[in-house]
Amino acid sequence: MAGSDADISKHVKMYLGVFAALFLCTILTVAVSTVHLGHTNNVIVALVIASFKASLVALIFMHLKWESSKIIWITLGLCAIAFSILMIVPMLTANGFPASTVFSTWG
Amino acid sequence: MSAGVLPYTVEPHPVTGLYSGKLGTWLFLASEVMLFGGLFSAYILLRVGAPEGTWPTHEEAHLSWKIGGFNTLLLIISSVTMVMAWANLKMNNFPKARMYLIVTVILASLFLTLKISLEYYPHWHDGLKPSTNVFFGLYYTLTALHGLHIFGGIVVMLYFIGPGAGLWKTNPEYYTNRIECTGLYWHFVDLVWIFLFPILYLMN
Repeated sequence: MAGSDADISKHVKMYLGVFAALFLCTILTVAVSTVHLGHTNNVIVALVIASFKASLVALIFMHLKWESSKIIWITLGLCAIAFSILMIVPMLTANGFPASTVFSTWG
Repeated sequence: MSAGVLPYTVEPHPVTGLYSGKLGTWLFLASEVMLFGGLFSAYILLRVGAPEGTWPTHEEAHLSWKIGGFNTLLLIISSVTMVMAWANLKMNNFPKARMYLIVTVILASLFLTLKISLEYYPHWHDGLKPSTNVFFGLYYTLTALHGLHIFGGIVVMLYFIGPGAGLWKTNPEYYTNRIECTGLYWHFVDLVWIFLFPILYLMN
């Protein structure tokens, strides 16, 4: 990424802008949780806002926006695939094994 | 390059295009994604599979969104101060960078203090322990693991504020890179909390 004083000064303004966005998104997350959209929809909206906030942190604070190294993008791509599998598989199995087995003794 | 000196601490490696510390940090963070990913996966499995009425409600969970929200704010501000520390090092302003690092440590310590004094302690006192039910088992596992990461970050930052700061005088670029790596880790810790907050505090 660029490293001159002028570039860094521009980045500093961007950091403050991202802070404002993160702050507003946190308020939005709380506000949306009080609106009854149905449990599934509430979860989806909260996770979409959280993903947006996480993207801002990763792109700006972690400098991914300026990162050109392929090895980082390959690592992150593989991570994203593995993470997606970890999130999707339990949702798919929600109404069958192993969830029903796990909760047969719930309570 | 003399024997015993780590290579590529400042200049990028010709193959990866990264200095070694940054590559190592990103690979470490990839393993962290898998660690927290496994726990998030367990949470989703148990949450969506819970029969109606068995998952604790807001009241039963005893988690205040106000405390969680305030802690979220603390971590977001600490991410800003962390990146400002790096930016000031890039602009050769070490005293200001150090000041931002100190503020980051204070915010992180405040986060842990609030977490322990306003949540863990009263919960434990009320008999809400990891063994109470599945929710509290996951809650304590996720938040305590995250808390340990916060504590680890504080230790690393204190090192760079104190004894590790001498590197700035001998090799400022190396020091700046080390702060960038610390920052990458710290932003990741913030990132994990960004997901933990709505999942634990707002979705019951």
